[in-house]
Amino acid sequence: MSRKTLLNSTEIHIILHRLACQLIENHNDFSNTVIIGLQPRGVFLADRLTKILKEDYKVNDIKSGTLDITFYRDDFRRRDAPLEANKTNIDFIVEEKNVVFIDDVLYSGRSIRAALSAIQSFGRPKKIELLVLIDRRFSRDLPIQPDYKGRKVDAINNEKVIVQWKEQDGKDAIYLIKNN
Amino acid sequence: MSKLSVEHLLGIKYLNKNDIDIIFQTADHFKEVINRPIKKVPSLRDITIANLFFENSTRTKLSFELAEKRLSADIINFSAGQSSVKKGETLIDTVNNILSMKVDIVVMRHPNVGAGVFLSQHVDAKIINAGDGTHEHPTQALLDSYSIREKLGSVKGKKVVIIGDILHSRVALSNIFALKLQGAVVKVCGPTTLIPKHIKSLGIDIETNLKKALEWCDVANVLRVQHERMDIKYFPSIREYTQLFGINKQILDSIGKKIVIMHPGPINRGVEITSDVADADQSIILNQVENGVAIRMAIIYLLAEQIKRN
Repeated sequence: MSRKTLLNSTEIHIILHRLACQLIENHNDFSNTVIIGLQPRGVFLADRLTKILKEDYKVNDIKSGTLDITFYRDDFRRRDAPLEANKTNIDFIVEEKNVVFIDDVLYSGRSIRAALSAIQSFGRPKKIELLVLIDRRFSRDLPIQPDYKGRKVDAINNEKVIVQWKEQDGKDAIYLIKNN
Repeated sequence: MSKLSVEHLLGIKYLNKNDIDIIFQTADHFKEVINRPIKKVPSLRDITIANLFFENSTRTKLSFELAEKRLSADIINFSAGQSSVKKGETLIDTVNNILSMKVDIVVMRHPNVGAGVFLSQHVDAKIINAGDGTHEHPTQALLDSYSIREKLGSVKGKKVVIIGDILHSRVALSNIFALKLQGAVVKVCGPTTLIPKHIKSLGIDIETNLKKALEWCDVANVLRVQHERMDIKYFPSIREYTQLFGINKQILDSIGKKIVIMHPGPINRGVEITSDVADADQSIILNQVENGVAIRMAIIYLLAEQIKRN
């Protein structure tokens, strides 16, 4: 197994600020926009972006939540390991709001498809956008593409993208793991 | 999340502590789902469930049906009163006919003890026991424990007294198993004629004085007197039962602390519990009903997870 660093913590820091600026360009003061981190790993990115928007760009009133997609996945009863559910926390109205889904890695697109179904339980958003830190190109099973992406990666199927967060793993880093 | 250690839910006595933890964790997520504007998830779109009720039921049947619908399962309902059972068909024939319709899970209530176990040995479907005679009612016990956990933070170490007709109660037996498994201290309280002879072998104490029982406990689970299961007279009169074992505001005020009041339903208001107690803020009877849907969703979901796709 070999490990290649795709992004170090400095590069991640720069990318996060660039993504925050792109969000501000499209959503101004976020008065009609909500941020939703997809469980489990998208939540770290959503929290980090919310913090940057509030502290560095003075966007004070941002509504952010978390969405668990376990019960909407299309691989229930198709996996060896049971699916583990996480907490959904959406304590605001999504009806007629602009919703930005946030996830760490976009791979097959199936998680996003599940998220699109899940969010309908909370109302009918005006618009849904997708922000991802890593866009694994050429791996999609569904016609789903991100609106905002940190970095594009051309990884083949036996390679895995691992995103580490300071809060969870001690440091920010993104690796490409290759099984030889 | 690990898997359940059982392939069916036939009774609490077949579960371990880890199974209960898994069911409760899953129910936590479903409780959030049933409080959304749209209370439905698509998980069980390709699962068919048969609800077989060979005995009357309102609450349990509705709760299961709602849980199944919330999970997007297909449902067929069967009540013995309007079925071919009346024409002499056996249980296995009835169920096999239903299974021929490609049913994955059977939820069954039956007047005979062990009907669920019997069925699980003869048919190829997941069996959920929704009450078998005076034996077990596992989903009720799980939702009762879940409601205690929700109200008091945990079940471990809590003092729970089960009051009333213990002898005929499947709810009592399943509750005793579930509460003991989670580390609660359990007592039963009721007329000696309605307390089973060997109940102490389950590691619980008997208290025949209602006031002492209430002074001791954190939670009182009040049971209905089951006249339909009584073939002889177990106490002189309803009035006497109410005077000695009925929960009213006066007795609760006299114990000097606020305990949690539970009841599995249906309530005989004015017999085992008065209306002002049943509707008081220390009563969690309606929370039990809401939690029943979440718990049953969790059990159905976890058992369905074990069904391999063709």
